[in-house]
Amino acid sequence: MKLQGNVWKFGDNIDTDVIIPARYLNTTDPVTLAAHCMEDIDETFASSVQPGDIMVGGANFGCGSSREHAPISIKGAGVSCIVAESFARIFFRNAINIGLPILESVDAARDAQKGDRLTVDLTAGTITNARTGQTYQANPYPPFVLAIIEAGGLVPYTRNTLGIEI
Amino acid sequence: MTGRTFAEKALARAAGVPDARAGDTLDVTPDLVFSHDNSAAIRRIFEQTGAPRILHPERVAIMLDHAVPAPTTRHAQNHAEIREWVREQAVAHFFEAGRGICHQVISEEGLVLPGETVLGADSHSTHAGWLGAFGAGVGRTEMAALWATGEIWLRVPEAIQITVTGTPPPTVTAKDISLRILGELGADGGLYTSIEFAGNTIITLPLDERATIPNMMAEAGAKNAYLPPDQVVFDYVQARQTRVFSPIYPDPDAEYAQRYEFEVSGLEPQIALPHQPDNVVPISDVAGEVVHQAFLGTCTNGRITDLRAAAEVLHGQHVQCRLIVIPASAQILQQAVQEGLISILLEAGAMIGTPGCGPCMGNHMGIPAPNEATISSANRNYWGRMGTPSAPVYLGNPYVVAASAVTGRITDPRELLA
Repeated sequence: MKLQGNVWKFGDNIDTDVIIPARYLNTTDPVTLAAHCMEDIDETFASSVQPGDIMVGGANFGCGSSREHAPISIKGAGVSCIVAESFARIFFRNAINIGLPILESVDAARDAQKGDRLTVDLTAGTITNARTGQTYQANPYPPFVLAIIEAGGLVPYTRNTLGIEI
Repeated sequence: MTGRTFAEKALARAAGVPDARAGDTLDVTPDLVFSHDNSAAIRRIFEQTGAPRILHPERVAIMLDHAVPAPTTRHAQNHAEIREWVREQAVAHFFEAGRGICHQVISEEGLVLPGETVLGADSHSTHAGWLGAFGAGVGRTEMAALWATGEIWLRVPEAIQITVTGTPPPTVTAKDISLRILGELGADGGLYTSIEFAGNTIITLPLDERATIPNMMAEAGAKNAYLPPDQVVFDYVQARQTRVFSPIYPDPDAEYAQRYEFEVSGLEPQIALPHQPDNVVPISDVAGEVVHQAFLGTCTNGRITDLRAAAEVLHGQHVQCRLIVIPASAQILQQAVQEGLISILLEAGAMIGTPGCGPCMGNHMGIPAPNEATISSANRNYWGRMGTPSAPVYLGNPYVVAASAVTGRITDPRELLA
């Protein structure tokens, strides 16, 4: 599975209070949440982000509150994938569980600049930057995580586990 | 063969396997799972899984704590949906609005014991480590899956050992020790790890102060944090329930990815500057900064020791800025009334709120105006955390919060207590 999009670059320790402030947590509607995604640090993001765009962060992306609204708002905004140097652990799990692909690669994240065009191959775990021509290998997913991604998220995965057909 | 860390032993137990090493992925069956005002949202995800009922309602706890009493119709509707769900699914442990903050309540109710594994749909679930339990936070979708199956996959984390030695001076608390550690480790210094404490300082701290330390290790990115339980802990849990438990201790030759040592005898009160909890300086670097509001409460510092500390500073004084005091639980509030602390706080000009999370994450009950600064006993000070993007939040211990309320400026409590 391949994804392609333009980079929105953010720094280290992007916390979930910034990704989606608590004042908007009264809904889980992705469209409503997306309208306020990142607004406290980049007012232009929600109105300018294009479907398929790729978010790039530094170390510890998604730290802080466990709110699942954070990856939901990013996915709702149309972001196809997040590449970061590292992710906070609950954010990492939440993103996988709601079906938002995320990849860890220190070099890919550091080299990417706003507006760069990235191609991400989720199966191979590679990230290619069109501007620099470089391809980076991301950290592989643990097997359980891969199974959840292949199922399309934790809800369908659990449905499969329980043997429930809908 | 090298020894095992606390996390390796605790997760092997929770997975029902004889042994586990860091890096292993296990199917873990937690002893307890809990959630709070997010339970209605979890219910909607649960319904998508197609599961007919919560598999083990006897292992599920739900507390209303994040916005209590309901500040808006929508919050009230959310609470109503949760109450209906609790009845329908016969959730064994339900705690109404006003009972207290989830982490405090599971401790007071004896729902988590040394050696047990507890997963909460809240990032500060590392808190349970104060009783020698494995506590970790999970997301909503994961909690829904836990309700459905009773199990979850967890990777056994690498561990960091932090040895704390020395006796902190008066007005220097577990909060300062936590902030000092965060300042050293950084916001990702404990990412994905089990932070396991050692050293002679922990057991000298008042019991309820200890909880602050594993609570705040969430701010270093930790998966869980652990304090070795002693007799004081056993007495605390045995007074509350009769279940059998087996405390777990790491082996002396356990493999730690990193070791840190902190000597706290000469520590001064610490402050986390806006806008990150690891942006920590000694109070002397920042004393004198104007604050418009002081907030004492939260799962980090809303316990009786914290209220006593504030009362010690505020006795006979009057605040120069708004002071919001929100005990972490109804039991703590009641004890504070009995000890006369609430009278002291009210006479000093404090407002007292319903036990719960209060304004910690900007839901209600103390949202600052633009550019107004708050000194808070909470655990987070991210940009906009208290509900207003431009309002800076400083984190400090309860003595500092009270002293700063007296002067309207960030104040070293030793100046007022001298």
